[in-house]
Amino acid sequence: MNAPPIIVIGNGIAGITAARHIRKKSNKPILIISKESTYFFSRTALMYIYMGHMKWEHTKPYENHFWKKNKLNLLKETVTEIDPKEKTISLSNESILSYDSLILATGSVPNKFGWPGENLKGVQGLYSKQDLESLESLSNTINHAVIVGGGLIGIELAEMLHARGKKVTFLVREESFWNNVLPKGASEMINLHILSQGIDLRLKTNLSEILENENGRAKAIRTDSGEIIECQFVGLTAGVRPNIDFIKNTTIASNRGVLVNKYLETSEPNIYAIGDCAEQQEPLENRRAIEAIWYTGRMMGETVAQTLTGEKTAYHPGHWFNSAKFFDIEYQTYGVVSAHPQEPEIHFHWEDLEKEIAVTIAFHKDSNLFLGINTFGIRMRHEIFNQMLNNESTVFHVMEHLGDCNFDSEFFKSYEKEILSKFNQDYNKEIKLKKKSWTRIFNSKIAK
Amino acid sequence: MTETIQKLGLGIFLIGLTLFCALVFLGDYELSSKQFEKVISDKGIKSKLFIENINTTIIDKKFSGPFKFSSTIISALEISNASHKKNKEWNKVIWDKPHNFSYQIAKEAGSGPIKENKGLFWFLTFGLGIFGSLLYIIPNVITLGPPGIKNNGIYFNSTTNKGYLGWFVFIFLVAFYVLLYFFPDYIINWTYIVDPISQSLSGNLASQWFLYGFLYCTVMTVMAVRMYIKYRNNKYQILRTTSVLFFQIVFAFLIPEILVRFEKPWYDFKNAFPLDYDFFFSWNLNSLIESGGFGLFILVWGIVLTLVIVPVMVYFFGKRWYCSWVCGCGGLAETLGDPFRHLSNKSIGAWKFERWMVHGVLAFSLLMTGFTLYSYFSGSQAVLGIKTQAIQNIYGFLIGSIFAGVIGTGFYPIFGNRVWCRFGCPLAAYLGLVQRFKSRFRITTNGGQCISCGNCSTYCEMGIDVRAYAQKGQDIVRSSCVGCGVCSAVCPRGVLKLENGPLENRTFSPEFPLGNTLK
Repeated sequence: MNAPPIIVIGNGIAGITAARHIRKKSNKPILIISKESTYFFSRTALMYIYMGHMKWEHTKPYENHFWKKNKLNLLKETVTEIDPKEKTISLSNESILSYDSLILATGSVPNKFGWPGENLKGVQGLYSKQDLESLESLSNTINHAVIVGGGLIGIELAEMLHARGKKVTFLVREESFWNNVLPKGASEMINLHILSQGIDLRLKTNLSEILENENGRAKAIRTDSGEIIECQFVGLTAGVRPNIDFIKNTTIASNRGVLVNKYLETSEPNIYAIGDCAEQQEPLENRRAIEAIWYTGRMMGETVAQTLTGEKTAYHPGHWFNSAKFFDIEYQTYGVVSAHPQEPEIHFHWEDLEKEIAVTIAFHKDSNLFLGINTFGIRMRHEIFNQMLNNESTVFHVMEHLGDCNFDSEFFKSYEKEILSKFNQDYNKEIKLKKKSWTRIFNSKIAK
Repeated sequence: MTETIQKLGLGIFLIGLTLFCALVFLGDYELSSKQFEKVISDKGIKSKLFIENINTTIIDKKFSGPFKFSSTIISALEISNASHKKNKEWNKVIWDKPHNFSYQIAKEAGSGPIKENKGLFWFLTFGLGIFGSLLYIIPNVITLGPPGIKNNGIYFNSTTNKGYLGWFVFIFLVAFYVLLYFFPDYIINWTYIVDPISQSLSGNLASQWFLYGFLYCTVMTVMAVRMYIKYRNNKYQILRTTSVLFFQIVFAFLIPEILVRFEKPWYDFKNAFPLDYDFFFSWNLNSLIESGGFGLFILVWGIVLTLVIVPVMVYFFGKRWYCSWVCGCGGLAETLGDPFRHLSNKSIGAWKFERWMVHGVLAFSLLMTGFTLYSYFSGSQAVLGIKTQAIQNIYGFLIGSIFAGVIGTGFYPIFGNRVWCRFGCPLAAYLGLVQRFKSRFRITTNGGQCISCGNCSTYCEMGIDVRAYAQKGQDIVRSSCVGCGVCSAVCPRGVLKLENGPLENRTFSPEFPLGNTLK
């Protein structure tokens, strides 16, 4: 009989990265199980299918022959039970598979908060391939859509529907879009941008209930102010939670997510959890216990692969970074920029509202230590900031080297001088820009 | 409102296009004996058989439309040639290609309203076409929404998603190229309507190649307006579009025509060998040498361009300086072809095929040129028993006409806009080798920011799987990359940047994308 394989449940970025890196260093049999799709696709690209930028096949980062060539077996099935004692899992087709090690990478599901009418037809989140298919099947009957929840998926769903000519009302509970992450200035700039696209943005507005028509489909929503907005579609995008319902009734310890230690080990031997579904028992400093982010999923996959190929490795992501796009405004972040900074963290903010570009730099009030940066409508180099954070550079060093940081396309107008002159003015300094240096840029790339 | 204007524009464009197509079937052809005598003396025709045949079948007879007229001349030509060849009367054989020969007679013989009202018919075809398409394109300023990447609905559109309209455009373009290359005598009317423009530039009546050059510039200009609107958020695209447009209109069109006015050889100063595959053909070398100092200058320039300027520029800027900033083929691909850029095949299989194919064409062009130069200097007609002329003809037909024209442009709506550049252009292969092994150009990946969405790969016209590199955090050096910059433009996370930098670490490839410290 063949040796039992490493089984990966879930073929998103976390599970697939784990499988690929195990395969790089070992010949162990690997089986990847997903009920969502046979082949790995980029979840972040689903929106582009709906908008007509891409087709399904373009979202697959590897050609179909890749998996066979690398002996990564794929199974499109639903896992129903896990038996850690017997080291087996059960599938919905009632077959039972043995595993050598088990990696849980089951991702997330959209949050629902018990809103009346949240399970009606025409009400859904946008997370999975099936969600997209459902939206597409409803699409022709949608004139007006209401999106509930002002996060990244919400704004993407708004952009999707808007691109297909739907009228979109966007309910955001907070005073300003994504203001639990973005500092005030930038968040307000995004509010204006959303409005300028023709989206009916409603700040400080909550969903009270979803009203039903005679066919059991959503026909309108009522807000907490009592206003009724007619619509044929309600997008629930108030965050996601770990997709672990089938794990809850096993002996694997869980809280909101599957609990893991720093080695990504669960409470049961030979079972690991990575990506959106994992909850760190002891989160790292400045980090949340659950981080449902593409990049952290990838890094956990890389990490668990080292452990499973003989080199026990703790999950230790480097400096925080992330990115998003709000309609036409690209956003990148490196390091820590708090939404509501408290001393000694202070912020330098520069913006050109007409051009919709902005930069926020966080630094330590006394030591001037550089803490992090948010960029809007300007691209900057990851490696350079990573190195500055490693080296504990000062904000003055950052300002001097803005030329090295710039990653906009050639011939684009550069704003370094304007940013620097505002900084000098704000803090009464006379810092001068240094010329961009290839040597510094490449040293930052090859630096560990 | 904007939608109405766009519909109106589309309607006007289609009327212009329909009239343009209808011109092929219209017009009368009547050859007088006086006109025929001029042809006989111009061409030095010695075949009595042919002259008698034409006198009875053509002279002073009225043909409606070009087809019967053409077939009558060609059949006379074939009959007389067959007879002379049989009798070994080689000096009486007419060696011209039949449809080119027929073209020269038909250009004289045409009559009727089109020939008499060239300006009017120019307005009814070109004029309406240009006006209608601008009316369709310019409202995009509003309909596309605020500046940004607006690829909405590309895969829902029949034209850009290989639907029936796409196949229709394909058939239309292929038919156009077949007529242009192989049946010039059917498109006499198209040349009539651009005669006045040709005369004002070179002093000569328009040939089918003048027509093609003028149409090429017109299409590029109109579609450049579309580029300016679509990529108005992106200065790299704006400048690049302006550059290709400038080089096409000034270098490939105006300067050569004006040179002819001053009795100099027609020459496009930016068209580098081996894309300019007949540069070393004996007729060209002779014509350059005969035209004195200026001809010699062209000869030296042509050689220096290929051997020095092209590789040195590729070293500093990558092959993009030529392929997407200067080249005429690239210019059409980046304007008319832009709506089809995503149709290129991204599979590894296509990449393998591409490497064999494009380097094969490069080898073929060099081999042919070797034969050509050997024949030129030695005076022998054949090398190793293979006729130089035969090799030149095969290259000219398969590569110069079928590949570069019929497939290169005709297949835009099916295989994307860079089929020729990717699979067939020998110059692109040469530039690619320099770019791959000795150039400061690369596309830098921004650390660990890639989310594998695939926009870059989807919109790469050269079929490069950009994402495969970007998601590994690897910088991208590929011989085929023409540096159009669209991968960087469509990336939603700011991950890609085209740049020129030191050779050291140019193909930087980390073990893991930046972000993980793996303790």
